[in-house]
Amino acid sequence: MHVLHETQDDAVHAGASSNAPKLGRAIVVTSGKGGVGKTTTTANLGTALAARGARVALVDADVGLRNLDIVLGLESRVKYHLLDVLEEKTTLEEALVADKHSNCLWLLAAAQTREKDEVDTEKMKQLIASLRERFDYVLIDCPAGIEMGFRNAVAGAEEAIVVCTPEVSAVRDVDRVVGLLGNRFRPQLIINRLRPQLVKKGKMLSVEDVNAILHLPLLGVIADEPEIIVTTNKGEPLALRHEGETASAYHTIAAKIAGEDLPAPTVESKEGFFDKLGSFFGGRR
Amino acid sequence: MIEWMKRLFGSTPSSSTAKERLRLVLMTDHLALAPEIIDNMKRDLVDVISRYVEVDREKVEVNFEREDKALAMLANIPIVSVNRPSPPPEPPAPPVEEVVATAVASAPANSGPPPQRKRRRKKPATASQSPATAT
Repeated sequence: MHVLHETQDDAVHAGASSNAPKLGRAIVVTSGKGGVGKTTTTANLGTALAARGARVALVDADVGLRNLDIVLGLESRVKYHLLDVLEEKTTLEEALVADKHSNCLWLLAAAQTREKDEVDTEKMKQLIASLRERFDYVLIDCPAGIEMGFRNAVAGAEEAIVVCTPEVSAVRDVDRVVGLLGNRFRPQLIINRLRPQLVKKGKMLSVEDVNAILHLPLLGVIADEPEIIVTTNKGEPLALRHEGETASAYHTIAAKIAGEDLPAPTVESKEGFFDKLGSFFGGRR
Repeated sequence: MIEWMKRLFGSTPSSSTAKERLRLVLMTDHLALAPEIIDNMKRDLVDVISRYVEVDREKVEVNFEREDKALAMLANIPIVSVNRPSPPPEPPAPPVEEVVATAVASAPANSGPPPQRKRRRKKPATASQSPATAT
């Protein structure tokens, strides 16, 4: 099987000698399948990491389908994009957009009118390497699919977070992506959009079901939370808040990423008596 | 108790169906993605059987088929002759069999119980005493 890490050179790691400045961590957020919440996850984890005082750069690698800017509410501030930097039409400093809410968070937007195969993989690696010199975390929002866009997005990364919804298609795609990533990226799992009541009724794969198949270290579980839709509408990531189960889950995941030894946040069912009664009398399909 | 009552009243929850379907499809996916494992397994399989009967190496076929709730390996190994000189009762080279075992076991890396069934069809049926036949 062709495994991506074999094609990666060690230029990025060569810089990490004893007297070189400490490099930030480049983490790709990926999933294989589209629509599982990669961009929302990237925006919220970036916000949560920045809230801890870490300097964070978010890179939208979904060239042609730029979205991270609008999820963060930064769409009107984007002047330059990833390809402008790769093609040296501008500097990295010019292209990085400062976040509205956090003074530790920056965005490098994707090009909207270009295509994924226009990205030069080597230059992408160099770009991520130079971002790692400037930031504590570089989160790369990977496009769906396993083609060139995926390969470019993971090229400069050294770690991976895989986002999976509790659906057969998403689990299968994560399994495929993890196979492509190989061991070098030490992929960790976020289960997104879990509906605990459906799990309890046996209508949705549970966290245990998903991980019995994927066998990945679990960073956390995020509920299928209506507030996510509202916050995305506004361009204000939920992780800007510090109260609420889902916002707290993002902050706990960020703390785990930062190295704190915490249990992975889970989602509990808050069903009442009548839900229990309903599930007791069948209704499962 | 509740779980037992649920089982009594309801049908199989769809999440169990999802889990079972995923388990099977991933086994198939992993096998399709690891042709070199299949090739090695095929070679070792034929090596073991060749210790007892003479087989036509060129015409060996190994296929995987989805059956109701399991993945079956179907090996079609044409036997040329059963008159093999001095078939040893104990295989002299156990490492070969170990390779077969790990190759089979590692293919469905993410599988849980029940284990996949191995089934071998042979032509002609005279080789049914072969100790390599597993159920």
